[in-house]
Amino acid sequence: MATNYIGQAVKRREDYRFITGAGQYTDDVALPGQTYAYFIRSPHAHAKLRSVRKDKALKAPGVVAVFTGDDTKAINGLPCGWLITDVNGQPMKEPPHPVLAQGKVRHVGDPVAVVIAESYGQAKDAAELVDIDYEVLPAVVDVADARKSGAPALHDIAADNTCYVWALGDKAAVDKAFAGAAHVTTLEFVNNRLVPNAIEPRAATASYSRADDGYTLYVANQNPHVERLLMTAFVLGLPEHKVRVIAPDVGGGFGSKIYLYAEDVVVTWASKQINRPVKWTAERSESFVSDAHGRDHLTKAELAMDKDGKFLAMRVHTTANMGAYLSTFASCIPTILYATLLAGQYTTPLIYCQVTAVFTNTTPVDAYRGAGRPEATYVVERLVETAAREMKLDPAEIRRRNFITKFPYQTPVALQYDTGNYEATLGESLKLGDVAGYAGRKRESEAKGKLRGIGYSCYIEACGIAPSAVAGSLGARAGLFEAGEIRVHPTGKVTVFTGSHAHGQGHETTFAQVVASRFGIPLEDVDIVHGDTGRILFGMGTYGSRSIAVGGTAIMKAVDKVVAKGRKIAAHLMETAESDVEFKDGFFQVAGTDKKKAFAEIALTAYVPHNFPHDKLEPGLNENAFYDPSNFTFPAGSYVCEVEVDPDTGQVRIDRWTAVDDFGKIINPMIVEGQVHGGLVQGIGQALTEVCRYDKATGQLLTGTMLDYSLPRADEVPSFRVGTKETPCTHNPLGVKGCGEAGAIGAPAALMNAITDALGVKDLPMPASPLNVWRAIQQNKIKKAA
Amino acid sequence: MTVRVSLTVNGKPATAEVEERTLLVEFIRNNLRLTGTHVGCDTAQCGACTIHLNGRAVKACNMLAMQAEGAQVVTIEGIAKADGTLHPMQEAFREHHALQCGFCTPGMIMSAIDLVKVHPSPSEETIRAELDGNLCRCTGYHNIVKAIKAAAAKM
Repeated sequence: MATNYIGQAVKRREDYRFITGAGQYTDDVALPGQTYAYFIRSPHAHAKLRSVRKDKALKAPGVVAVFTGDDTKAINGLPCGWLITDVNGQPMKEPPHPVLAQGKVRHVGDPVAVVIAESYGQAKDAAELVDIDYEVLPAVVDVADARKSGAPALHDIAADNTCYVWALGDKAAVDKAFAGAAHVTTLEFVNNRLVPNAIEPRAATASYSRADDGYTLYVANQNPHVERLLMTAFVLGLPEHKVRVIAPDVGGGFGSKIYLYAEDVVVTWASKQINRPVKWTAERSESFVSDAHGRDHLTKAELAMDKDGKFLAMRVHTTANMGAYLSTFASCIPTILYATLLAGQYTTPLIYCQVTAVFTNTTPVDAYRGAGRPEATYVVERLVETAAREMKLDPAEIRRRNFITKFPYQTPVALQYDTGNYEATLGESLKLGDVAGYAGRKRESEAKGKLRGIGYSCYIEACGIAPSAVAGSLGARAGLFEAGEIRVHPTGKVTVFTGSHAHGQGHETTFAQVVASRFGIPLEDVDIVHGDTGRILFGMGTYGSRSIAVGGTAIMKAVDKVVAKGRKIAAHLMETAESDVEFKDGFFQVAGTDKKKAFAEIALTAYVPHNFPHDKLEPGLNENAFYDPSNFTFPAGSYVCEVEVDPDTGQVRIDRWTAVDDFGKIINPMIVEGQVHGGLVQGIGQALTEVCRYDKATGQLLTGTMLDYSLPRADEVPSFRVGTKETPCTHNPLGVKGCGEAGAIGAPAALMNAITDALGVKDLPMPASPLNVWRAIQQNKIKKAA
Repeated sequence: MTVRVSLTVNGKPATAEVEERTLLVEFIRNNLRLTGTHVGCDTAQCGACTIHLNGRAVKACNMLAMQAEGAQVVTIEGIAKADGTLHPMQEAFREHHALQCGFCTPGMIMSAIDLVKVHPSPSEETIRAELDGNLCRCTGYHNIVKAIKAAAAKM
């Protein structure tokens, strides 16, 4: 029986339901007697709420209830899960984040009231009758403007719109190194604001039962236990055991479905008020103004080198946009998940990073695929490539001169890399991408009147977040372990319950591969259950590419407990010492003999315990495990991209893209490749097509639909050459590192390096839209002519 | 005001009394409870709601239910054979890992079937160009293109 599935491209078991239309997403759930909620949102970026009158709306056809901020005063604000302590040792400013506006609205889309009716259309119609009197205030939307004198203040407790000023590193030592450097490369840029745009809009359907005073919430969410904990313990004050949160099939998350949102709280609370289920599904236009956005940094970055291009020090000053309120994990993204990654793959001995987080009249900003690490990689890899050009060094060579080669490696920015081989991923990417043939391809492009450029990006990320103690010391208000349960049924079939949550990642397949392989049983004998607080003991959920490294390890620990108990049962049955029993290929065998018992026999014995060591063991075969990692994992890789630019139109075409990643051990290469492809296109989207823009004067969102916000389409991106190198993670039993975010982290720098190379310019704002590229070409012409 | 709408969906007659403003996709999802057809946007950009109307792929969010009066509609639930045998396009999507979260998938498959009908042996360039009405945020399109190419050879 061949039952080692590790490393095999097993087809996904979740696919059948998705390709036949049988998936069950939150909006597909219909509860008897359900009502429909429509949220009335602020059309203004900043305004005082003079009054909200609902009497007319209450009389409209089909209306069941209308709730405003006055009705929800007793509900606590939405909490922030990470406390950042500023440079003066003071806690960050945490302004209240009410679920429905209290006295003031602070961004376009801020929820003001909710109308609940028998149909969605009726709720929406009645919303027109809610009379809201706004006193419009001046708004500020840009990070660069938030702290200027005279900028309108959003919150009383932060008059200068500053959430915190935070720093990491030895500033004096860094400044000294810069003073003595042979060369300094400097870049100033904006890391453009993005809107995640999972194709399934957020949705929440809540019901309440007077019979048991219990609630059930179906919600498009990446971490249902965290959602429940935040909602019950911090916001609604409900007993945690009376609330069941189910995150069924979820249509993509990319970070945007990690957070506890106002709508989730309001529909849960309202279901008891009206004693009927309440359903809400965002329209895409609502997603644009209410899903947490990503990125939005303004950065000045400097790299100091000696005459040979050896990095001496890095200095980074970033202003990060928090939006109007602190979303669930907003505060740790531009700090803990950003500054700590600035060593990249290099031995830069001294790094200083200062981050100023500001409030603006925009939708809150939080983790979006990569979360801090794409921004850090952009800083490092744009600096390194620019430095190579300024120093007249080959971009691969300058990287090689600075690669970390000895592990474990302690960076100057808190992290300790356990393992890696950066030369290997770079070398493989140069080979797979045929960089040797680049000069010839450039000549061909030039013959066609096109500009050609090549760009590299050697990224690193910290995944598998995180050792709870470390996270706690850095301000995390949650643990970051994962939980798993193995339930072996009497017939030897297995159900695995995991606190990780899949919303595209294929855990139902990958996790089953791991468990079936360890038990030596057929894959079809193992099922994975996730996304339901009513069935799974606990979970911290899926984000930060943590599922296989943390969730998978928790499952492995539970598997080990099952095997340990199985050995005891087998020893009893075969009348031998436990130490003589080994478990291999699905059998408990007495070492050196042919005496053995199959896994299913042991399972049956555990549940039909006639001949059973009752003095030593309890019946049953069911084990839980919690796993708290001892370190982050450090996936890393090398991307090489070639572009062809049409100088007449500014149109960029990606001609080839090579990605070589080191994710440690790979369980399912097909799924891993898919994750890389998807991440790359999100990264390419940031660099080439996507940007979220607000009007500076009014604070209106200008890119509020899929017509205005340009998500990458099939004809704008290439097919990819992908490869892997494996240096197994040293501190988890599977040797895995995580692969979900790599593409989005590494891609933007590679692409912008290629485009700036093609144009012969130092820098260019993202996205490299035809207009931005064309402008750069014209400016370059003017500069050359002068 | 309500209106009576009658059409054929997946080979079966379907009739309901709906508000005039009811979109075809709402009729399919809410009245017929065929929830495989998804809604991902409100500007006819994402293509998650793509179905076949009288044999052509259309976005079901972009027309009223009453505009489909008397039409032959096929949804994602209607393309496999009655015995459960998958359509070659469904099979190819699974074989080539052309889906992750699955939300855009029904619309992608419905568009892809129409694409192959119009372009029986499409190049990668044609596939990419013809897919511009369908957004996927997970796969990066790489495997979708592969799947459509493979399915075209079998259809």
